[in-house]
Amino acid sequence: MRNGPTWFNVTSIVLGFSFLYLPIVLLVIFSFNESRLVTVWGGFSTKWYGELLKNDQLLSAAWVTLKVAFLSASLATVLGTMAALVLVRSGRFRGRSLFSGMIFAPLVMPDVILGLSLLLLFVAMDQTRGFWTVMLAHTTFAMCYVAVVVQSRLVGFDKSVEEAAEDLGCPPAKTFFLITLPIILPGVIAGWMLAFTLSLDDLVVASFTTGPGATTLPMKIYSQVRLGVTPEINAVCTILVCLVTIGVIAASIASKRQQIQREQDERAAFGAD
Amino acid sequence: MSIETSGKPKRSIGGRLLIAVPYVWLLVFFLAPFFIVFKISLSEVAIAIPPYLPTFDVAAGWREFWGNLSRFSFDNYIWLTEDALYWKSYLSSVVIAGTSTLLTLLVGYPIAYGMARSPKAWRPTLLMLVILPFWTSFLIRVYAWIGILKNEGLLNQVLLWLGVIDQPLVILNTNIAVYIGIIYSYLPFLVLPLYANLEKLDESLLEAAEDLGCPAWKAFWKITLPLSLPGVIAGCFLVFIPAVGEFVIPDLLGGSNTLMIGKTLWVEFFANRDWPVSSAVAVILLLLLVVPIVLFQNQQQKMAEKDA
Repeated sequence: MRNGPTWFNVTSIVLGFSFLYLPIVLLVIFSFNESRLVTVWGGFSTKWYGELLKNDQLLSAAWVTLKVAFLSASLATVLGTMAALVLVRSGRFRGRSLFSGMIFAPLVMPDVILGLSLLLLFVAMDQTRGFWTVMLAHTTFAMCYVAVVVQSRLVGFDKSVEEAAEDLGCPPAKTFFLITLPIILPGVIAGWMLAFTLSLDDLVVASFTTGPGATTLPMKIYSQVRLGVTPEINAVCTILVCLVTIGVIAASIASKRQQIQREQDERAAFGAD
Repeated sequence: MSIETSGKPKRSIGGRLLIAVPYVWLLVFFLAPFFIVFKISLSEVAIAIPPYLPTFDVAAGWREFWGNLSRFSFDNYIWLTEDALYWKSYLSSVVIAGTSTLLTLLVGYPIAYGMARSPKAWRPTLLMLVILPFWTSFLIRVYAWIGILKNEGLLNQVLLWLGVIDQPLVILNTNIAVYIGIIYSYLPFLVLPLYANLEKLDESLLEAAEDLGCPAWKAFWKITLPLSLPGVIAGCFLVFIPAVGEFVIPDLLGGSNTLMIGKTLWVEFFANRDWPVSSAVAVILLLLLVVPIVLFQNQQQKMAEKDA
């Protein structure tokens, strides 16, 4: 229609993205502030990062959080991939709509309800609350996100390669690991990363389901934020933001490369005909 | 797969296991807890561990269970209707979530529109830039606004310096801060489905309108907007439903008079340690959300069928 973007479109994009990014950029800038007053610039300094390394409570909370995130993301990826296979491949079975309902409902369910209901389950099961209960809780809601991500990958999947393998006598499990998994791998990896960051992020569900001795980083940050804004918290947040940004960008570059590689392979294969 | 194409549901053991494992997991960790919440919402608060009566004891068997049934009561629900705090919290949650959904739409529509009309080469990068904040911690993004909005915060400093105001604006700890927090946190949820919809829009319709002398704003109003409605609705649901039960935003950005049900539930649970009443609050919140959740799923299914 029109050639090139109009001024209106450019303005709305620029304003929109400044709104999205300005707060985070300011947060990062003020983590390098010399002054303890977070909003008054007192010169450049990295001393708050140094302070962090001395803060044992924060470091141990970070360690707990990473362990929970790693375990729950891995378990959620296995369960979520299975759920996605069921949604896309298993056809009709009894209770299918309940199953898909249980996959999609946690995506929009308020955290307070998820947290409270899981806590009451753990109490009813007479479980000691702590590390493992948080891990199980995170696995439960993260697997639904993984299922949705992997599902979208499975939908645009050429089934004929799988059928070819099965016709040649390859057992289903072997077909899955040799054919299906490599093709949906970018979706599985993206699902794992999403599950990992969701777990890293979560304050509400963890607060409900945790017990003594298993304080996660968001819980620690939250209790300090309630006392006021401090440059140390800015520094923690900056580190988290950087890690996540690097991870996401690296993953998207890797998946793009793989896609280009695959297109080249396909072209080569068809060229050889 | 051969299992599926053979028609009859003759499933292998592996196929059954594939369904059973995630199914049982969700039944145990997602569905069963709701029944427990409902059951405890009928209990009475007690000074014990766990702090409610009667407790849930599977070992005691059905006889005990039916015996306990007579001790269940709807007192907690009656209490919810008697104390104005609760219905006011529900009402104000819905109002705050509804208002911020509309505001998010006003902010998000131009962004999604601009992205969908941008040169094709930019689009993947722009899409990436919208998704990226979604990956960064929710808590951090809400925290970032405290430093901006508080009385001696950056926004007031800039406005004072520009001479727009001569008194710092009180924004933090008001409902305005909650609106800003919700718009900011949930913007990607609205922009993504809307962008996906607007990108598919057939541009030849707009060209035809232009050729026939229709002004651009009218073409937008008559063609683009109606065709983008499925995206608008999907995005609004994705903002509204979680916003109703939001806790972090009203707690950190809102004031003491910001009533939201997620916060009320949290206080009831952690400060008052009244597990039965907080369960009752959760049950009502769930019932409140069932309607939009079901509507949303129906709409998604309809859209998926249309695409297929």
